[in-house]
Order: sequence, then C-alpha cells, then structure tokens
Amino acid sequence: MAFDTIEKTAKQIVLTVQDYSLFSWRAAINLFSPPVYWVDFLLQSEIIGVGSTTIVLLAGFFTGAVLAVQSAATLAQFGATAVTGRFVSMSMIRELGPVLTGIMVSGRNASSMASELGSMVVTEQIDAMRALGVDPMRKLVTPRLFATVSMLFFLTIISDAFGILGGAVVTIYMNGQNGTQYFSQAYEFMHARDIMQGLVKPLFSGFIIASIGCFYGLRTTGGTEGVGRSTIQAVVSASVLIIFVDLLISQVMVALFNQ
Amino acid sequence: MNQSLTTAEPMPEQGVSPEPVLVFQNVSIAFDGPPVLEDVSFSVGPHETRILLGPAGVGKSVLLKLANGLHCPDQGKILLFGENIVKIAEAQLFPLRSRTGMVFQEGALFDSLSVRDNVAYQLIQEHVPDEEIDPRVLEALRFVGLEETFSLFPGSLSGGMRRRVAIARALINHPALLFYDSPTGGLDPITSTTIIEMIVKQRDFYKTPSLLVTHRLQDAFTMCSHRFDPEQSGMVPLANGETDANTTFLMLNEGRLIFDGSLQELVNSEDEFVREFLE
Repeated sequence: MAFDTIEKTAKQIVLTVQDYSLFSWRAAINLFSPPVYWVDFLLQSEIIGVGSTTIVLLAGFFTGAVLAVQSAATLAQFGATAVTGRFVSMSMIRELGPVLTGIMVSGRNASSMASELGSMVVTEQIDAMRALGVDPMRKLVTPRLFATVSMLFFLTIISDAFGILGGAVVTIYMNGQNGTQYFSQAYEFMHARDIMQGLVKPLFSGFIIASIGCFYGLRTTGGTEGVGRSTIQAVVSASVLIIFVDLLISQVMVALFNQ
Repeated sequence: MNQSLTTAEPMPEQGVSPEPVLVFQNVSIAFDGPPVLEDVSFSVGPHETRILLGPAGVGKSVLLKLANGLHCPDQGKILLFGENIVKIAEAQLFPLRSRTGMVFQEGALFDSLSVRDNVAYQLIQEHVPDEEIDPRVLEALRFVGLEETFSLFPGSLSGGMRRRVAIARALINHPALLFYDSPTGGLDPITSTTIIEMIVKQRDFYKTPSLLVTHRLQDAFTMCSHRFDPEQSGMVPLANGETDANTTFLMLNEGRLIFDGSLQELVNSEDEFVREFLE
C-alpha cells in the first residue's frame, strides 16, 4: 500500500516536470514564429518592470544598508572597516542583488500571474480565448515570459545600485567613514566576471518566475479555492527554484573563473 | 457573409451544402475516472438547431467543448465542417474554431477588457481596422439590445447582460455554427426569456446551425414552439400549435445519448428516464 502511494507520487512528480518542460519550451519558441503579441509584451513589461521598481529599490537599499551595518562590526575586529565598500558591492552584485530581486519579483509577479491565469481558467476565459481562435500560450504566456526575463535584468541592476547606495549611507552617516574610500573600494575591486555572474542570474530567475507562475495558473482546477492553491504553489516553487538555480550558476561561474 | 445582424429580412436558404456541419461518431471521453461520455453519435445539419437536454453534471458542457476541439476525445471521430478534429494540432484548430461562435455558461467575458473590446476580440486579433470594428460591434450589441453598454466593463453588467454580450461576441464574425452552453442557467425567468428570444431571433434570421445545451425544459419547448416576428420585434407562438421542424432534441443520461429526435418524438418517448425528465 505504502509502495503504491510512493510510486503514484513519484510518477506524478515526473509527469509534472515533463509537463513543465514542454510548457516552458513551447512558451519560449513561440517568440520565433508569428503571431507575436508585442503590445502584450510591452504591457507586461510595464506591469512587471515599472510596477516592481519601488519594492526592488527599497529591498536593495535596505539590504545594502544592513550589509554595511553587519560587515562593519565584524571587519572592525580585524581593523578592516575600510573594505566595507568592497564587501557590500561584491555581495550585492554577485549574490544578494540577483537573488533578492528574484524573490521579491517572484512574490509579486509569480503570484499575480498564477492567480490571474487561474481565475481565467475557472471562469472559462481561457476556453473562450481558444474558442475565439487565439492561442493562450502565445497571447498570455510568451509575453509574460520575455517581459519578466528582460525586466528582471534591469531591476537587478537597480537593486545592485541602490544596495551599494544603502551601504554608503550607513558607512558615511552612521559609521562615520569616508565616502570616497567606500566608493573607490566598491569600484576598484569590481571585475567584469562579477558583473557577468550577477547579470546572468536574473535571466534564469525571470524565466523561472514567469514560467512557474503561468504553468501553475493554467493548471488551476477546483474553482476559487484552486486559484489560491495555484498561487501558493507558484510562489513557493519559484522562490525555491530561484535559490537552487542560483547555487548551480554560482558553482558554474566559480568553476569557470576559478574564483 | 456580410449581412447585417439587425437586418429585417431572413437569410435565404440557397446554396447550402446538405452535409452536416458537425458529426459525432462513437465519441467517448473520461477524466481520471469513469467515462463522462460513452459512444455518443449524432449530427447537426445545416440550418438545424439541436437542443441537448440532460440533468446537471451529465457531460453536456464536455460534449460542447469536444465539438469545438477544446477537449480531445479518447475514442471516436468528430467532424467539424467535414474535417476530423480529433488528434489534430491546436494550431490547425484555430481557423476552424474561428468559423464557430460559442456562448459559455457564465459568459466568460474578459474582465480586463471593455464590452467593445470583448465583442470585437476576434476582429481585433484579425487586425480589422478600428473604423470597421466600431460599427460592427454596435450592430452586434444592437442585436442583443445592449448598445448602451459599448464602453462599459463586464464587472458593471448584470448576469443576463453578460450573457447577451457573450451572444454578441459569438455572432460578430457571422459564424457558420453556434454553440450555446446553458445560456439561461441561473437567470430569472424574464431574463431567460429575453435570452431565448435572442437565440430564436438568430435562428430565424441567420438560420445558422446551432447546438444548445440546457437542462431547462421550458426554454427548449419555447424555442421549438415559437418564431421571431420582425414586425412585432419579438417572439410569437407558431400557428396551430406547430413546432419548428429544424429544432430537434438530444438527451444525455449517464454519459450516453438516450434520445435523438423531434419534440413530438420526445414527448411520446417510452424511455423511462426521458419520461421522468419531462415530468
């Protein structure tokens, strides 16, 4: 009996992964054949990009600030408070900026995509769209996917910039250190490989957020209760997957650049 | 087919292929359990209105979605406009679906779009110029008596109005086959009669073949025993208790088609379930 349950669950997981892979593949290749809904792409870019700017900006600023507070206390024990700028910028650009932005945008947009598409499923709007001769994958999923990937890239840059700024505010006004020293440390030790590592991650995170959000949204069953369930599944799966993929990319990057 | 939706003259019946527009052949479907539909066979001829009766949860809506390729059957053949739509790719189905009109149970209007954009949805996707879209939307809304809702959003409409807008959306591109999924379900009797009047008006003027799903016998009998009178601009009973010869019935029970015939045959049926349903 227990083996039956395990077998059934294992098959279900494999089937879901297979469905998700096919779904993502279809959503991605739709961009290379007509019709492409550019207006929907711009609309989604506005909703995802402009709409998330405030939370990303604030999260980045406070993360940078708290990094400066914590690192200054530890670095002071070694007499190395001068490298706070380097520490904050490195941490923000390589790791915290991309991951935190991904998780913030996931909380805001993966949930909104899952609930919006889920509601459309349970009210038969998706069927209506298909009946009217429009492919929901092309009309709803592909624009969201590419809008999230492109917008998350720029949101990460904003988050990095405001994180470094947040660190600077704490370093200068709370720790009473020299601002020029902070920024020169932040700039001098920054390498192209660090920036590349930080900007490759949002491309993957953006893909995860939109594909997971749309995937769970379009699989919604069970009325309004099902919409809630899809939303939770989308946010949880996207957040966990972002951190897991971040680990994989970090490993690959460290192996590639040997640091 | 560019005839106005509000034209006073009925469509001529010339030049219509005698072939059925929709054929079900031994269709079966199941969703993780016992079959929802089993070995269902019937057809919808040109100018024919078929009313699908049956209790709630018997698979009527599933049958309608199968007819439009929104579900794929496990067994059997479905011919839509002569083409077998079973196992063909979704992309190949879109051109076929665009020749049909479908009215969903709750209307299924797009909440984020205005009534104008909902009704014009198909035209917008086909890149029809705006100057052509607006008059056609107004024409379709006039047909269902809701011209004043042009710039409103679905959220501000009543249930009955939403259904009528859904009918306008289904009619705007002059479909060759119409599907109605419980168009009067959950509505009060007066609104239900208004909706049935729209459908009868459409049937008598356009003579578009249709498949209508309902569990309300009263609506089904009204459709069969009335015609639309353009002079009175309303539905009137057919003379001498006659019934519309092109409006016939199907009945589903436990996934099987248990009746296929005219109103007369339906009321005289010996089948126990049919008799129980009619009572």
